[in-house]
Amino acid sequence: MIVDGRLKAVLRVLTGLVLLVVYVPLALVMVNSFNVDRTFTWPPSGLTFHWWNVAAHSSGARHALLVSIEVAILATAIALVLGTLAGLALRRTRFFGRNVVSLLIILPIALPGIVTGIALNNAFRTMLGLQLGFFTIVVAHATFCIVTVFNNVQARLQRLGPSFEQASADLGAGAFTTFRLITFPMLRSALLAGGLLAFGLSFDEIVVTTFTAGPQEQTLPIWIFQNLFRPNQAPIVNVVAAVLVLVSTVPIYLAQRLSGDVVSGASGAH
Amino acid sequence: MLSRSAGLRTGLLLLPPMLWLGVAYLAALAALFVTSVWGQNDFTGDIERVWTWDNYRQLWDIPVYRTIAFRTVGIAALVTVVDALLAFPIALYMAKMASPRTRRLLVIAVLMPLWASYLVKAYAWRGMFSGGGLIDWLGSPFGLHSPGYGLVATTVTLAYLWLPYMILPVYAGLERVPDSLFEASGDLGAGALTTIRRVVLPMAFPAVVAGSIFTFSLTLGDYIAVTIVGGAGQLIGTVVYANVGSANNLPFAAAFATVPVVVMLVYLAAVRRTGALESL
Repeated sequence: MIVDGRLKAVLRVLTGLVLLVVYVPLALVMVNSFNVDRTFTWPPSGLTFHWWNVAAHSSGARHALLVSIEVAILATAIALVLGTLAGLALRRTRFFGRNVVSLLIILPIALPGIVTGIALNNAFRTMLGLQLGFFTIVVAHATFCIVTVFNNVQARLQRLGPSFEQASADLGAGAFTTFRLITFPMLRSALLAGGLLAFGLSFDEIVVTTFTAGPQEQTLPIWIFQNLFRPNQAPIVNVVAAVLVLVSTVPIYLAQRLSGDVVSGASGAH
Repeated sequence: MLSRSAGLRTGLLLLPPMLWLGVAYLAALAALFVTSVWGQNDFTGDIERVWTWDNYRQLWDIPVYRTIAFRTVGIAALVTVVDALLAFPIALYMAKMASPRTRRLLVIAVLMPLWASYLVKAYAWRGMFSGGGLIDWLGSPFGLHSPGYGLVATTVTLAYLWLPYMILPVYAGLERVPDSLFEASGDLGAGALTTIRRVVLPMAFPAVVAGSIFTFSLTLGDYIAVTIVGGAGQLIGTVVYANVGSANNLPFAAAFATVPVVVMLVYLAAVRRTGALESL
C-alpha cells in the first residue's frame, strides 16, 4: 500500500474523472431515448415516453433481437461442447503440438475482426459455395466463442488438479461415471462463466457478423448499424441502445453471483 | 493408466474441436491468403485463379493505400498510448490505494461498460460529437467546438471502447506487485513520485504491453467505429469492407487484410521479450 496523502488525492480525482468520461456517454444514450427531438442537440427540448412505445412495436428490431438470441444460444452450445473437449484434452498430457492447439483456439479472437470476417466470408462463398445466412453466422460465432469456454475450463482443471478423479477411478468408476459424478460438477460454474462470456460475445458481435450474415439475416447489432444513419429511425435506435445499456448490467450481476458460487462450489467438493 | 490409451483419449477429445477449427477456420485463413494472390478480371469482376502479386503491388504502389495503412497503424498506436495514460492512474488506485470495498465497486464500474454493447458505445460518441451535441454544449462557454466526425472522433471513440481492456491487465499486474517493494523504496528515501517512476512503472510495464496487444489489435481490425464517427476518414477496415461488398474485389480485400495480420505478428514478436505474453 502506498501511503502518500497528496498522491492518493490526485489519483482519486483522476479515477473519478476517467469514470465520469466512461459513464457520461452511456448516460447520454439513456437520456436521448426520452428525447422529443430526432437529433442529438443538447440539452433536449423535452422528454417523452413516446419512442419507447414506438420501439416496442418495431417488428424489425424485435425480429433482429430474436435472431441474435437464437444465434447466441446455438453458438454458445457448440462452444461449450468443443471448448470443454479441448480443455479436457489439454490437461496434464504433454504432447507435441500442445501450444499449437491453444494458439489455434485463441487465433479467431486474437486476429483483427476483419481478418476473421473476410476469411470466413471467402471460405463460405468462394470455397464452399454456401449461401450466407443464419447457419453461417452460427458457425462464425461458435468459432470465436470456443476460446472463452476453453480458458475457463482449463483454468478450473488446473486449479483443482487430478486427485478427485483419480480417487473416483480407484474406487472403480469408469471414465463416463467419473465425468458425470466428479468432473462435470467440478466444472459446472466454470462452464456457466465461460458460457455467459460466449453468449455475451456472440450477442454483441458485429464485425465478423457483417461479413457472414448475408443480405437476408439481421442480428440486433446489424439492425442497429443499418438504422443508425436513417434520421427517421434514430429515436427507435436510441431506445434499443438504452435497453442494451440496461441489459448489460445483467451479466455483471450474474458474474457476481457466480463468483460467490465458485467459492461454495469448491468448498462443497472438499 | 497406460500411456497409449491416454494418448488415444487425448486424440479422441481433441478431434471434434480441432476438426471444427481446422475446417472452419484454418482452412478459411489459408484460403484467404491464396485468394490474395489471385487476380480479378477487370471487366467481369470474376476472380481469376492465376498466381499474381498484383494485389500486393497495388497496395504498395498506390499512395492512398499506403497512407491508409500508415494512418491505421498510427491511430492504433495513439489509441494505445491514450489508453495506457488513462488506465495507469485508475489501475494504480484500484490495486494499491482503494479499500477492499471500494476496489470491488471500482472493478464492477470498469467491467460494466465492457458488457455494454460495442455498437451502443460507438453510437453514444456519435451523439457526443454531433453538431449542437453535448461536447459542443460543454465547450461553448470556453469558445470550444466539437471537432465533428473525423479522425479525432475516431481516436477518442476507439480509446473509449478499448479502455477496459487496458485497465484490467494493468490492474492485475499491479496487484501482483508486493507492497513490501513500495515500503522498501520509501524506506530508502524515495518520495511517492520517485517510487512510481522507479518501481511501479517498470513493474507495470509488461501488463501495459499485454493490454496494448488488445488495444492495438482491436483498433487495426475495426471498421464499425470509424464508419459511425469517422466522417470521410478511411482505415484499413473500411477499405477491406468496401472491397468485399460494393467494390467486390475480394482478392484485393484479402491482400489488404494481411497487413494488420503482419503488423500484429511483428508486434507480438517484438513484445515477446518483455514477458507480456505470459501475463495475458
